[in-house]
Amino acid sequence: MAIGKPQSLELPENVVVSKLDELASWCRKNSLWPMPFATACCGIELMATGASKHDLARFGAEVFRFSPRQCDLMIVAGRVVMKMLPVLQRIWLQMHEPKWCISMGACASTGGVFDTYAVVQGIDRFIPVDMYVPGCPPRPEQLIQAIIDLQDKIQREGTITGREFDTAERQLRKRALVEQLDILTTDASRNPVIQRELTDGLQLARTGGHG
Amino acid sequence: MPVDAVLESLASEFGPLETSVFRDQTRIVVPEPRSFAVFQFLKDRGFDLLVDVSCVDYLEYRGAKQRYGLVYLLAMTTTNQRLTVRVFVDDPEPTVRSVVPLWEAANWLEREVWDLFGIRFAGHPDLRRLVMPEQFTAHPLRKDYPLQGRGERHNFPVLTREDG
Repeated sequence: MAIGKPQSLELPENVVVSKLDELASWCRKNSLWPMPFATACCGIELMATGASKHDLARFGAEVFRFSPRQCDLMIVAGRVVMKMLPVLQRIWLQMHEPKWCISMGACASTGGVFDTYAVVQGIDRFIPVDMYVPGCPPRPEQLIQAIIDLQDKIQREGTITGREFDTAERQLRKRALVEQLDILTTDASRNPVIQRELTDGLQLARTGGHG
Repeated sequence: MPVDAVLESLASEFGPLETSVFRDQTRIVVPEPRSFAVFQFLKDRGFDLLVDVSCVDYLEYRGAKQRYGLVYLLAMTTTNQRLTVRVFVDDPEPTVRSVVPLWEAANWLEREVWDLFGIRFAGHPDLRRLVMPEQFTAHPLRKDYPLQGRGERHNFPVLTREDG
């Protein structure tokens, strides 16, 4: 046995080496099963996206299921009123992990023009949202773009155990970032403009943008 | 029996009522204490269909003497004639006799008016909210209720990824 010489390994042509996380993410991103939570006119565009002209099947997301137990992508299309929100939350909880959520259109994302007592001003106040699609209603191309972006996101940060959904770990990472920035500011520039920008950014990072 | 004849017999039975005609549609105003008797009378004279029960809040409306104006749309299916009956009620505790014993259709219509305007219908078999959630306490179509509500729309638990 030769010492110090790496043993060469010949792979057959039809074998690909990858990480298990990436393999899982690759499988997941190409077989998203949407749960159509369509409450308004965005739902019509959602149906158009799934229909033959725009053909969501090209991205592996054409299997609309009306049972949350079979879905891993919730597409909230349309305004959600306060009587509907408990239903939305319940369906979200019934979906199996890993699961993602697309907030489609102005109403689902912000309440849109319906700034009234009954309409929830953005579903992201009450359930986690991965992608927002602007528009009133959005074109099918926009929804397809959101699904492509979500696929990118899944491929980039997905793990086989779903560690990316562990919010506590995310918080830790964010805190580490803030501490690094702290060091930056202490020996940072004497330039007052940069100083101010840094402190503003820090404030934003500490409050999570809600400050 | 045509509407005019019904109105004449109504006037002889209950005294003169405020009557107006707009685009061939006849409207009468009935004082609240006698509303049920008038509705009973109208039904006996052939108004067999209650089309709608609605309400208008005349808060700060010029010339308005009472705050709430209930609107009953009646129709005769035999002669295809219509009649609008208005009943005015006022704060506090605006109450009117329910017409569910006369027209079963009034059940949900009156529940909707109760839900959105807070008019009580005495004698209604099941006066629950119809449109708004059960936990809702206000009557949102009243003019003194703020358009954006009193925070009810944000009064929900927040689900995070950790909740599953």
